[in-house]
Amino acid sequence: MTETTNQADISLDALCAGDRAEFARLVDAYSAPIYRLGLRMLGNEQDAEDVLQNTFLSALTHLVNFEGRSSVLTWLYRIAVNEALMVIRRAKPEVNIDDTEAADENEDFSPSQFVDWGALPEDLLLSVEGKQALDRAIQNLPENLRMVFLLRDIQELSIKDTAEATGLTESNVKVRLLRARLSLREQLSAYYGERINQEKKNG
Amino acid sequence: MAESTHSNCKSLLGSLSDYVDGDLSEELCREIEKHIAECEDCRIVVNTTRKTIDLVHVSNLSQTDLPEEVRDRLFKRLNLAAYLKPLPK
Repeated sequence: MTETTNQADISLDALCAGDRAEFARLVDAYSAPIYRLGLRMLGNEQDAEDVLQNTFLSALTHLVNFEGRSSVLTWLYRIAVNEALMVIRRAKPEVNIDDTEAADENEDFSPSQFVDWGALPEDLLLSVEGKQALDRAIQNLPENLRMVFLLRDIQELSIKDTAEATGLTESNVKVRLLRARLSLREQLSAYYGERINQEKKNG
Repeated sequence: MAESTHSNCKSLLGSLSDYVDGDLSEELCREIEKHIAECEDCRIVVNTTRKTIDLVHVSNLSQTDLPEEVRDRLFKRLNLAAYLKPLPK
């Protein structure tokens, strides 16, 4: 985790007893990852801020129901995921984000790009352009794959916690994660394949 | 993909995430390593998938800070303005 605040620093007892100062500490500890998740899921700052505010408002209301089965952060992610899905459903009712397996069963995730770009120099892969290509590829992922990818590979939750946060089964999380990773690999392969070809042409 | 080992390519794909995450048993790892020693396409897929995940991790995509004004509005919305402490510089 990139968050420096240790989970153990927040007292659940104090939170449940209505300690406002403790809740403020919870907000400061976890608002950044919640905001980032919203931003990457929804692609705009206003929606991300709404998700952030609604997540902590909801947490404040439902703290008494928090059973401590998962960590507080995973519980907050779960609320944030639901808030973000609500925004997506409102904006794009045609997008099927609730499918378990069936909807993308027919999609082919087999690799079609076999360019070995992994040995390209790090300073190219991590250049501003390289990072933009990666960013674009992530934003191109369909929502149902992106959500799982963000929680697992960017926020670095375990498979179990990702399942908890999304309400999916662990095997479903794994299927989506694999598809997300394969899609990113495919997109980056196309991008770097093009760059390698260009360089060959330019001698 | 290589003719002789083609039937293994699809099963490799199913284990790819677990393999690059180091969550696969030694036996299955050995099977995959044996397969990718013979199948160039699969070797490229494994290597570039691993590289993709590495790039995601080292690009610090998770490091965006919360803008100060967003934090201010959040604290107000939660009636926590009295607890809003200046951020450490």
